[in-house]
Amino acid sequence: MKSDRPFTLVDAAKLGLYGGISAILISLVGMTAAFAKTAIIADLLTMAQVLIYGLAFMVGFVVVGRAARGSRGLALPAGALASAVTMLSLSLLALLIGAVNLRTIFTNATAELANLILPGETSGLAGALLLTGAGAAVGLVAWLLTFVPTRIRNGLFGGIAAVVLFGLMQDVLVPILPKSVDDFLFESKGLTWVGAVVVFVLFFILSYLYAMRSQVRISRLDKLPPQQRQIARFAFTLVALIILTLLPRILGPFLSEVANQVGFYIIMALGLNVVVGFAGMLDLGYVAFYAIGAYTMAVLTTPELPIMREILPQLTFWEALPFAVGAALLAGILLGIPVLKTRGDYLAIITLGFGEIIRLLVLSDALKPFLGGAQGITGVGRPKIDDFTATNPQQFYYLILVAIVVAWFITSRLKSSRLGRSWMAIREDEDVAAAMSINLVGYKLLAFATGATLAGLSGALFASKLGSMVPASFNVLVSINVLAVLIVGGMGSLPGAVVGAIVLIGLPELLREFNEFRWWVYGAVLVFMMLNKPEGLWPEATRVRELHEAEAEHTHVDDDASPTAPATA
Amino acid sequence: MLARLRREFDIADLVLYLIGLGLLIAIVYGSIVTLSSGKYTTAQWLNFIIFGLAQGGIYALIALGYTMVYGILGMINFAHGEFFMMGSFGAFFTTAALAEMGFLERNPILSILLMMVVAMTVSAAVAVLSERIAYRPLRRAPRLVPLITAIGVSYFLQYTARGLFGSSVKAFPNIPALSGAVQLGPIAIQRSQIAVFVVVALMLLSLYFIVQRTKVGRAIRSVAEDKDAAALMGVDVDRTIALTFLIGGIMAGAAGVMYGIVFRQASFWMGFVPGLKAFTAAVLGGIGNIAGAVLGGISLGVVESIGPSLFLDGLGIAAPHQLKDAIAFTVLVLILIFRPTGLLGERLSKRA
Repeated sequence: MKSDRPFTLVDAAKLGLYGGISAILISLVGMTAAFAKTAIIADLLTMAQVLIYGLAFMVGFVVVGRAARGSRGLALPAGALASAVTMLSLSLLALLIGAVNLRTIFTNATAELANLILPGETSGLAGALLLTGAGAAVGLVAWLLTFVPTRIRNGLFGGIAAVVLFGLMQDVLVPILPKSVDDFLFESKGLTWVGAVVVFVLFFILSYLYAMRSQVRISRLDKLPPQQRQIARFAFTLVALIILTLLPRILGPFLSEVANQVGFYIIMALGLNVVVGFAGMLDLGYVAFYAIGAYTMAVLTTPELPIMREILPQLTFWEALPFAVGAALLAGILLGIPVLKTRGDYLAIITLGFGEIIRLLVLSDALKPFLGGAQGITGVGRPKIDDFTATNPQQFYYLILVAIVVAWFITSRLKSSRLGRSWMAIREDEDVAAAMSINLVGYKLLAFATGATLAGLSGALFASKLGSMVPASFNVLVSINVLAVLIVGGMGSLPGAVVGAIVLIGLPELLREFNEFRWWVYGAVLVFMMLNKPEGLWPEATRVRELHEAEAEHTHVDDDASPTAPATA
Repeated sequence: MLARLRREFDIADLVLYLIGLGLLIAIVYGSIVTLSSGKYTTAQWLNFIIFGLAQGGIYALIALGYTMVYGILGMINFAHGEFFMMGSFGAFFTTAALAEMGFLERNPILSILLMMVVAMTVSAAVAVLSERIAYRPLRRAPRLVPLITAIGVSYFLQYTARGLFGSSVKAFPNIPALSGAVQLGPIAIQRSQIAVFVVVALMLLSLYFIVQRTKVGRAIRSVAEDKDAAALMGVDVDRTIALTFLIGGIMAGAAGVMYGIVFRQASFWMGFVPGLKAFTAAVLGGIGNIAGAVLGGISLGVVESIGPSLFLDGLGIAAPHQLKDAIAFTVLVLILIFRPTGLLGERLSKRA
């Protein structure tokens, strides 16, 4: 679809302007100001600078790549121009903030922001010129990098990414690492000079080696005879399990808490994967089943709610668990019957409607005696074996791990069963599937119920772990979250669900500065993924083929195009 | 006939119809109880209806955007509620500035016009940009892809607004010309509601004129009918789709102003629920059908406004007004299940 018109400097300036608009948006949304407080390298580099200069660099890099395809001579001026225009737009924002009071509309357009944008102690026109010049320099760097061999370039990127991540995760890393390493790497805020260099060099070498070896390793595993491959796989699983068992000890309480959060989402994502990934039904009301599982657990085990206690005896966690999961299953079937008469977009909206109805009912005063209303329910039962009661996240971790393993086992077996293949047939084409004598309603109902059951399990564990709950935990954002996890991980792929949950749920918890912008970034990531990589980070092979079929037809690209290569993100 | 009935009848249908019947009985019973108890006077009922009409008019304006985009692209533009929200913010900042200058009191009509223009421009710009950046590259993608993209756009816009304008609820300044009520026989109609009726009627008439009487409208209708054939007839399909988003955005912007006038507030999350309800309205009237969107919007507004008092109250449910939204969503679910073609539905595309 791209025209064959040669790339000109005007195109470069245009791309630079897009970059500039993004930079302005990032600044006005408040990211720049928030990230300026996060030091990556003490007294030298803040996250805000990484963000802005990184953006200018990316613009330059893309432009250099495009321009070089036409003529090599154009690459340098085009790249420098694009990055400079990006920075120029941003500095114009800074000048504008100085001249006009934008704060009545844009809450973040403060003088402080203008100072942050302009480099060093400069201000006004001089600062703007300096920033624009810095942009051109960044473009020059992008141009220079095209002469570096790919492997070294990847090493450089890997090293820089590692430094940024280490800087961002200081709060998380310091408690885990031994004290001597801490003192060596970190100051009170940010990495030390030496620490940054060491991290950079270390990860430069690692990613250099990885780029060299990954090709070899994959092909070697494929060449093994089937029996040995099975042994290798078994050994790998065993090692993974041992690491997973020891994980909470390594992680400590805070990270175990994060791991628990990730775990709840992994269970839900595995469940939603059956509904959306296998059977192709977009369910936007998935949170309803999570809520039903959680509420059943809470209502059955809490000593509060006198009305419920008159009807039902108070159960322990283990007695209530089957009921909670069963209630979600039942709800899945009951809601499924009406819902499954519709298809595609309508199914998405109808499930969204159901999710909202459930939330509104739970919140309402009408059902308050039964479900606790807006205050929620406290005193939810905890799992207890003999005299041991799981209370802290490190203990809960094991329960969640078992649940994940069960969910993984169920869904992976379902996937390769006759049932799973029927689901995929439905996903591909309902009419053809029906013609192949697949009972559409029955199979869809099964998918819906399986998904609901896993959500119920996750919800029950969630309620018990928290010990108390409020209806606010069950809004539509949860459904969107799970869906985003699936999309980022890769629809229909089980490892994808895990990767997606770690990236989307775990990372924002670790990078607390990101938390405020979480949903903003989510939205952008969803759009970006759909436009550029709809198959996700860890996709299924068939999915990739399917989604890139249309492109292949139009452009006749070679089959070794990037999507099948291991994802680096 | 009987054989066909038996063949197409399964247990799922039975459950469905039982649920439907149960709801119907509950609604009728609740209404009878409320009406016979005489808890509300006639004037109160009329006020509920007028409020419902005003709210329904706003839903109708938003619903038009859903329905036109669905008609032309076959896609649910989940982000449409956010276009409305952006427009409302545009209106808010304009009124705030005008009120500060005192212009609002001196020239109320001109001020409202200015609000409309700003809000419509903002909404339309956001709509067209979203289409250009996020939806246009996906014309040939599998069906779920644009929907998920739309969800992404929706979140992106919502939290952009939050980042740009702050997370607090913005209170619209009082517009003196629109406060107070007009006594019309036994009932008092709020001036703001009258303004809503006038604006909604004007917008709908001009939309009708554009779609039915102009060349642009003909292009839109032809693209909705068959994109490829329209392209062969010399219609610029991409431009027409962008125009549809523009018109939808303009309607959403007008709705944003009306919402600001009636409810006097703007917040970054305000787009979600009205958006979902407007979608309900579009489906209720028959999605893809412009007259249907209007009818659906107004019916939904009225049902939602009298519903809690009429049947929920009669059923003895505490605090029925908290469940107002639940009524709207129940209507959505019921319509999608029992009559997916909506009230004025034409044929429903098989793909939906």
